[in-house]
Amino acid sequence: MKTITRASRRDFLKIAGTTAGGLFIGFNWFGCDSPKVEVLSTEEILAQAKSFNAYLSISPTGDVVIYSPNPELGQNIKTSFPMVVAEELDADWEKVRVVQANLDTEKYDRQLTGGSGAMPHSWERLRKAGATAKHVLVAAAAQTWNVSASEITVEKGIISHKGSGKSGHFGEFVELAATMQAPEEVALKDKNDFKIIGTPVKNVDAKEMYTGVPLYGLDFYREGMMHAMVQRAPFGMKIKSLDDAGARAVSGITDVITFGTSVAVVGNSTWPLMKAKKLLRVEYEPDGNVESTADHDRIFKELIANGKAEVRRKDGNVDAAFKSAAKIVTAEYQCPFLAHSPMEPENFFAHVQADRCELIGPTQTPDRARQAAADILGIPKENISVEITRLGGGFGRRLRADYVEEAVHISKAINAPVKVTWNREDELTGGAYRPAVRYKFEAALNESGEMVGYKLRGVGMNAGNSTRENNFPSGAVDNVLIESVNYESSITTNAWRAPITNFLAYAEQSFLDEVALEAGKDPVAFRLELLKRAKTNPVGELGYDVDRMISVVETARDKSNWGKDPNVKQGFSVYFSHRSYVAQVANIEMVSGTPTLKKITAVTDCGIVVNPTGANHQVRGGIVDGMGHAMYTNLTFENGMPKQRNFDSYRLVRLKEVPEIETHFVDSGFDPTGLGEPALPPTGGAIANAIFAATGRRLRSQPFIEQKEFSDIKLEIRRA
Amino acid sequence: MATFNLKINGKAHTVDVDDDTPLLWVLRDHLGMVGTKFSCGIAQCGACTVHVNGTPTFSCVTPVSSVGNSDVTTIEGLSKDGDHPVQKAWAEVDVAQCGYCQAGQIMTAAAFLESNPNPSMEEIDNAMNRNICRCGTYHKIREAVALAAKTK
Repeated sequence: MKTITRASRRDFLKIAGTTAGGLFIGFNWFGCDSPKVEVLSTEEILAQAKSFNAYLSISPTGDVVIYSPNPELGQNIKTSFPMVVAEELDADWEKVRVVQANLDTEKYDRQLTGGSGAMPHSWERLRKAGATAKHVLVAAAAQTWNVSASEITVEKGIISHKGSGKSGHFGEFVELAATMQAPEEVALKDKNDFKIIGTPVKNVDAKEMYTGVPLYGLDFYREGMMHAMVQRAPFGMKIKSLDDAGARAVSGITDVITFGTSVAVVGNSTWPLMKAKKLLRVEYEPDGNVESTADHDRIFKELIANGKAEVRRKDGNVDAAFKSAAKIVTAEYQCPFLAHSPMEPENFFAHVQADRCELIGPTQTPDRARQAAADILGIPKENISVEITRLGGGFGRRLRADYVEEAVHISKAINAPVKVTWNREDELTGGAYRPAVRYKFEAALNESGEMVGYKLRGVGMNAGNSTRENNFPSGAVDNVLIESVNYESSITTNAWRAPITNFLAYAEQSFLDEVALEAGKDPVAFRLELLKRAKTNPVGELGYDVDRMISVVETARDKSNWGKDPNVKQGFSVYFSHRSYVAQVANIEMVSGTPTLKKITAVTDCGIVVNPTGANHQVRGGIVDGMGHAMYTNLTFENGMPKQRNFDSYRLVRLKEVPEIETHFVDSGFDPTGLGEPALPPTGGAIANAIFAATGRRLRSQPFIEQKEFSDIKLEIRRA
Repeated sequence: MATFNLKINGKAHTVDVDDDTPLLWVLRDHLGMVGTKFSCGIAQCGACTVHVNGTPTFSCVTPVSSVGNSDVTTIEGLSKDGDHPVQKAWAEVDVAQCGYCQAGQIMTAAAFLESNPNPSMEEIDNAMNRNICRCGTYHKIREAVALAAKTK
């Protein structure tokens, strides 16, 4: 793969000669129609525009088209990526159009959405793309005016030379600029000179989203396209027999197809498919482990006690530390399976032809989708195109290509273009879940209440390593043993927003609260004491920046008035994940005798905040996500099938169930370090610790509302 | 199959579908109006909300045969150019993350403000609780509804 770290002469010429094409979804901009310029469509602009690099084209009218390569699923990348390019270009944001790029592994690398990694990965590339284009535009203006480039300034798309009084917009220089030598290295702006980065630029797809313009994969229609829905086997089962007579008899159904353990109904529109699918009579038989939640609970207990563990970290001598301990604290924590449940159910369009395939739809990993199609069809990847639509949520679900594969199988079988649509029941029963995990923690305290020994043993399902062994409190404790046991389940699992840490953080931060209280220490002071130790005299390898963690802990303590008001019961939590640091404090107050969760204060260090609106969205959204699932959501299995099959039993958090959320961002000056996930992990722990502070009940399993410790607690949630 | 004459966004439409076909799929598959979203299909999440004679209605469980000559309004017909006070408030507050549920949220909010032009925050909470947002934009939704109430 080629990286766009700098534009070489050869690449520059190659790109400059092409006119970019593709499907344009969403470029409009609320209220940007300037009366003095003719408003052209993006297609019209691109027809005459010069491409300066993979990320941007500029037309003779001065309109700038910026490509956003990574899939947009609500993390706001389609707005924040172009902001970074436009910043270094010194473009007029009002004249910027944003276009979702198709999959193009020649032009772009890491064209995916996952791991909160897009901005950290692309930050410098995007800046260089903008700066390089600006450099050649300035050089073209200098040559035109016969002045020195160093005397030229650029502001909002206008190039000016003060000495001669000359000025012109970008468009006047694109022809000449496209022939200029691109620099090998280009100077980037001082962060203090940013004009677009750090401002609350609004969502570039706003108008489409709020007026019902087709934008998402499920909105894609094409003349002659067929529709399909799929019945999948329970986990660990295969098809024994199929009676599809009833399904075929439904008006509008054209075909019933079997592939693997799946049965697809095909027809002219969606509703007949929903009816026909219910009429399929499929008998299944075991083809491996057919699991239920009761099996998982039993397996967890067995493997926590004596499963074969991989040692992930070992510092000092834990046996000696626990033998000589003044006090030992032990606790086990467990979470259930969860589905991703994006509001837009899985769907994909595929059109398989002789040696070609066209794919259109919502995917976090377009290259994986393409590879999956290539593997099924046995054709080269180059013969497969992928258009990325806006995603109606993802949360990790659309990292998988299973639903893309279904569309490819069906299109191939019926020899026609097809869109596969999942319904909510498919989404909840169709697999790839956040797996259940169980953790056992043990802490050894000495006479002065210092944690001298720490043991963590995780049992995950299809999780590989279910720990984060170099994360806090590792580095702050002399004797540490961290082990991971893995169980291979027949239920398909997948990354779910903040994989592993979405529950590990809750368990660890709750346990540290237990230890602090056993040690007779304030939970914040206890963490700071450990962090001070990690800073002054670290033990082994540290996977986190101690100073950045201390900074968010202290800021959260201060912003939340930690421990100052005896009427406010507080819970603290801090976690490092996806390169960023987030500390949270949950406030519970007694209102007419009822514990009431009123507020969560969050302090985040994600480096430079590119877009404060987007950053607030990610932090609040992560907290609502972490809180909702910790409180309410459960997915249980019986004979390889989930029991909760729609939102009537699979409970998601609603508007009335969220407290006030106050967000703060630490100005650490680091380059952006990821924000789609890091705010979620600390939330459950902050709330559980506040519940303990208010009620004396320690919640060690999720969802809270189903725990016996919680059964007589009526927790209200109310904004201040 | 039967023929249904529908009045949608002030225009007459004729469709030939089974009488149990939900209004949602008539709009999306037969009339090409895909602004109304499918998500749960069982009246739990509100993504499919349209107005039937001004009442916010889950189109996913509304059989086309029950619509008769009622006035149906979808997100496409809420305003001429996205300038309904609720749409403007949504843009001003910059509510969306993924955006998929927002058409339904806007339709719920628009109908609610018709019936209650000066709501308290508690009334806004009660009205908007019927729509799920998986991204958790709830704070912005209530802020936008309050803004729309103030500016309309």
